[in-house]
Amino acid sequence: MTFLRKISVATLSLGLAFGAYAAGGAKHAHPPEAGWSFDGAFGDFDKDAMQRGYQVYREVCSSCHSMKLLSYRNLGEKGGPFYDPDYPANENPLVKAFAAEDEVYKGLDDVGDEIYGPASPADRFRSPYANDNAARAANAGALPPDLSVITKARHGGASYIYSLLIGYPEAIFDGELVFPDELLEDREHHDDEHHGAEFGSDLHGTLSQPVGQYYNPYFPGDTTSQWDGDPRHVPPGGFLAMAPQLVAGRVEYIDGTEATVEQMASDVATFLAWAGEPKQVNRKSAGLKVIAFLSIFALLLWFSFHQIWRDVEH
Amino acid sequence: MSEHKSTYVPGTGFEKWLDRRLPLVRLAYDSFVDFPTPKNLNYWYTFGGILAFCLATQILTGVVLAMHYTPTTDLAFASVERIMRDVPYGWLIRYIHANGASMFFLAVYIHMIRGLYYGSYKEPREVLWVLGCVIFLLMIATAFLGYMLPWGQMSFHGANVITGLFGAIPIVGEPIQTWLLGGPSIGNQTLQRFFSLHYLLPFMIAGVVILHIWALHVPGNNNPTGVEVKDVKKDTVPFHPYYTVKDGFAIVVFMILFAGVVFYFPAALGHTDNFIEANPLVTPAHIVPEWYMLPFYAILRAIDFSLGPIDAKLLGVIAMFGAIALLFVLPWLDTSKVKSMRYRPTARYFFYGFIAVGLGLGVCGAKSPDDVFAGLQITPDRLVVEYTDSNGTAQAFYDDYDEAKAAMVQRGLSGQPSVEKGRAVRYIHVAKALTLYYFLYFLLIMPLLGLVERPQGEPESIHKSVFKKSKTASAAVPAE
Repeated sequence: MTFLRKISVATLSLGLAFGAYAAGGAKHAHPPEAGWSFDGAFGDFDKDAMQRGYQVYREVCSSCHSMKLLSYRNLGEKGGPFYDPDYPANENPLVKAFAAEDEVYKGLDDVGDEIYGPASPADRFRSPYANDNAARAANAGALPPDLSVITKARHGGASYIYSLLIGYPEAIFDGELVFPDELLEDREHHDDEHHGAEFGSDLHGTLSQPVGQYYNPYFPGDTTSQWDGDPRHVPPGGFLAMAPQLVAGRVEYIDGTEATVEQMASDVATFLAWAGEPKQVNRKSAGLKVIAFLSIFALLLWFSFHQIWRDVEH
Repeated sequence: MSEHKSTYVPGTGFEKWLDRRLPLVRLAYDSFVDFPTPKNLNYWYTFGGILAFCLATQILTGVVLAMHYTPTTDLAFASVERIMRDVPYGWLIRYIHANGASMFFLAVYIHMIRGLYYGSYKEPREVLWVLGCVIFLLMIATAFLGYMLPWGQMSFHGANVITGLFGAIPIVGEPIQTWLLGGPSIGNQTLQRFFSLHYLLPFMIAGVVILHIWALHVPGNNNPTGVEVKDVKKDTVPFHPYYTVKDGFAIVVFMILFAGVVFYFPAALGHTDNFIEANPLVTPAHIVPEWYMLPFYAILRAIDFSLGPIDAKLLGVIAMFGAIALLFVLPWLDTSKVKSMRYRPTARYFFYGFIAVGLGLGVCGAKSPDDVFAGLQITPDRLVVEYTDSNGTAQAFYDDYDEAKAAMVQRGLSGQPSVEKGRAVRYIHVAKALTLYYFLYFLLIMPLLGLVERPQGEPESIHKSVFKKSKTASAAVPAE
C-alpha cells in the first residue's frame, strides 16, 4: 500500500503548502542579515532588541498607531521585554513608570464626570486617537492599522515590517522615481537574488507618486495607474499613506546602540513579533515536551501491539 | 456481525442488577471488547478511531473556548485574542481547536479514500456509507460556521461568498439567504446564529456517529480483501485488545503530527487576512476558503459558462453541491461485484487518477483562476492601441512597448496602451478539465468499468489471504 501512503503524505504537504498563499505583486519580504532571534523551534526573543523596539514604538509608531490588545503589564510578564523575576508584572517599576507617563480614561467619578489620569499597568496601551474617524481625519483619510497582531496579519510577518520600513526608495525627486535606476540599491546592498530579478531590465519608465502617498516595493498594491512605462511590466509594490518614518538617529537608544535605520526597523519588528503572540516561546518549549512524551508513548504502544499480535497471522 | 451472540457475563452483583434493567455494559462489551473484527485490517482502517479522537477533541476544546468567547461583532475579534493572551493555556486550547479542524478533515479524507479503495460502500454497507456522507456534510457546515467566529476579514468575506451562493437559487434563493443571515446582510445577528449552530452541529455529528458505528456493527467491518467474514474463528479477532492497541498506536502517532502543527506551525494552515478584524467595506484581494474546501471551491469557480436557462453562478453552485451529492449515491453507481481495488487492476488506475484530480482541484482552488498554469503561455500578452480614424474605431496590436508608444504619439493619443492577455493554459482551464474527470469518474467510469473489467486474484477468504501472504513472506521457497 505504499502508493496510498504516498497519497497521504502528498495530501498533508499540499495542505501545508496551501497555507503559504502567495502575496500579489509585491517584493518578497526578507529578514535582517543576521536573521531573527525568535525563528525556529528553539528561537527566543532577544530581550535587548525587544526593549529597543518598544522604545521605537513609543517614540515613533505610537503617535499614529494603536496597540489596543496590549496592556502595560504585558511588558513585564514572563517573556516580555521588561520582565523582571523579582516583581510581578503589575509591580515592575519600569512597567509602572511607562504606564504613568501616559494619560488615559479612568472611568466616571461620583458625579458622572469623566476622569483622566496616569495609566496603571493594568490599562491598555493608550491609543493615539479617540476613534477611527479621528484617526482618519488626522491622516488624510487613511487609517493607521492597529499594530497588536500586525506581524500575523501580513505575509512575511516581522520580515515584512522590517522590509517595509527600510524599503522606501530614498531617491524620489519631485514625487517621481525613474527606472531603471541604481538608486534603489542604496538600502539594499545586502539584498540578494530578488533584487536583480524584480527590479531587472524589464522596468523602463517613471513612477509618479500620488500626493500624500509613498511608493514602497514591499507594500501589496498596484502601481499600474502611476506608471508611464510598459503596462506589462510594472514596478512591484504599491503606495501607502505612511511617509518613511525611520531616519538614522530618529531615536536615541537608552542602551547606547547606534540607531541606524536597519537597527530600528529590526528592533521594532522584533517587538511587534513578540506583541503579536506573547506566548509563542512558551508554546514552542511546551511542544518539545509534548512531542517527547507522545513519542515515548507511541513506542510503548508499538511494543504492546507486537506483543499482543505475536501469535496472530495477519 | 448480525448473528454474533453476546458473550458478556455480568461479573459483579451491580452488573447483574443493571444488566436486567439497562444492558449498557453488555452493549459496550459486545461493541468494543468482544466484537469480531477481521484480522487483516491495515493502518488505513485506524482512521475511524482517529476520527473519534478528533471529534472528542473538538468538542472538549470547543466547550472551553465557548466559555471565553463573545459572539458580538464588537467584541468577537478581541475576545479571541484575549483567549490567546490572557486565558491560562488559552493559546493551546484555541490552536488545538483551530488546527483540529484541519486534522479532522485530513483524517476524514483519508478515511473516505480508504472506503473508496476497498469498496467499503458496497452491499451490505450502503447505509453505513451514506451516514458517513451525512457526517462529512455536517463537518463542512460546522467548519464553515466556525470559521466565521474569529470575525476576521476572511471570516466575514468568506461567509459572504458562501451564503451568497444560496442567493443564486431561483425564486427561493434570496429568502433563504436572508433567513440564513437573519437579515439582508451579515451582521451581529448572523454571528450569533452561526455561533449557536456551530455549537449545535457537533452534537448532531456525534449522534450520526453513533448510527454510523451501529451500521458498522450490523454487517461488520469490511477489510482490505473485500471478502466477507466466512468463519468467525479463523477470519476474525476480538476488537479488544487487538484493535484497541493498534488504533491506540495509530492515534498517538497522529497526535504527534497534530502536536507538530499546533506547537510549531499553528498559523501555517490559516490565512493572514483573518488577523485583520472584519470590515464590510474592505474586501480582501483574494477570498479563499480553508484548504479542506479548496477542491469544491475550484469546482464552483470552474463553471463560468451558462447552460440554457441556467446561468453560470447557479450552474457552479449545482456543480459544487453535486460533487458532494454524488458521494451519497456512490453505492448505486459502482456496478462491480468485487469490492477491493486490490483485485481490480483497471479500476485502480482510474482511482489514482481520481486522487490526483482531487489534489489538483485543491491547487486550482488556491490559485487565482487567471494565473498561468506551469508557465504554459502560448502567445505573449500584447499591447493594444485603440484609435479613431475616418473608418471608425480600430485597434492596432504591438509586442514592443516603444513601437506602441510611438504609434500613440503619432496619432496624438495620450495615456497608456492597454494590455490584451495572450493565450495561455490558465488554472481555470485546468480546473475545468479536472472537474470533468471528477464527474465522469462517478457517472461514467464507475458504472461502466464494473461491467467490463475482469477482476484478478480475489481470495476465497480472509484467513486464506493472510495465510498465503505470511507463507510467501516468511519462506524463501519458490512458489509451486
